[in-house]
Amino acid sequence: MKSAVVQLPGLNRDRDMIAALTKIGGKAPVTVWQTETEIPAGVDLIVIPGGFSYGDYLRCGAIAARMPVMQAIKAKADAGVKVLGVCNGFQILLEAGMLPGALMRNASLKFVCREIRLEVANADTAFTSAYAQGQVLRCPVAHHDGNYFADPETMAKIEGNGQVVFRYAEGTNPNGSMNDIAGVINEKGNVLGMMPHPENLIEAAHGGSDGRGLFASALDVIAA
Amino acid sequence: MDAFEEEHMIKARVTVTLKNGVLDPQGKAIEGALGSLGFDGVGHIRQGKVFDLELQTADRAKAEADLKDMCEKLLANTVIENYTIALA
Repeated sequence: MKSAVVQLPGLNRDRDMIAALTKIGGKAPVTVWQTETEIPAGVDLIVIPGGFSYGDYLRCGAIAARMPVMQAIKAKADAGVKVLGVCNGFQILLEAGMLPGALMRNASLKFVCREIRLEVANADTAFTSAYAQGQVLRCPVAHHDGNYFADPETMAKIEGNGQVVFRYAEGTNPNGSMNDIAGVINEKGNVLGMMPHPENLIEAAHGGSDGRGLFASALDVIAA
Repeated sequence: MDAFEEEHMIKARVTVTLKNGVLDPQGKAIEGALGSLGFDGVGHIRQGKVFDLELQTADRAKAEADLKDMCEKLLANTVIENYTIALA
């Protein structure tokens, strides 16, 4: 499995993401800069990490979603390559129209940085196969705009299709997201966006390793 | 800017607002703050955005079409927002 991490001005979780992919996948991902118009050949997983691309100007992820590299990522996604967006990466995928819905300002209006409980609402995806259906994970969140919204028609569709992959569990919804939604996947099942940071809970030094399963699934390696 | 340029320029204002049914936590907070300042009976505050633009063209139909395209592609997120375009 060959992975790639996208780098844009203002993203700041790229190093954590590179560390997670390297430690779990056994080799370092390639990095792709925003102005690049092609993703290197042979990449099976493209990751857009978290941060504050373009200072969150206009709307979170709005400017990044219009950068040249996004056209290349869309083309790869259409060809079946897996794409994972975490936090700002999720916001970018929504702004690029690659996932349904939108992320609004947290209901509390506050930036939240804490650990939440994450329920695996669909373990039958390329990103969650290492988990059990309904398994509850520990996972950190750190965001200001993670309040998931979809119109009733879209909501019915994604709920019906099993496109809700992660939910905030045990009353830990930190942002007011509808239906406690923390992560959604596209209809085809190869583009996942999520607000929590699984890359920050992969080893003892993080205080736990519940996030490993996601990378093990996506990279097709045995979860350790 | 000379007179010629001014004649061939259109000023426009784009207003972007949240769609009905989309929760606006910032609007709610502003509503609360107005209440605490003593402004009673203020309700349904919705926060939006205004963009003032200058377009180097004299063709109003083209300007309007371009602005609509700009709104659809960037200025508004049509999942949650509506927009209106006004030419000066």
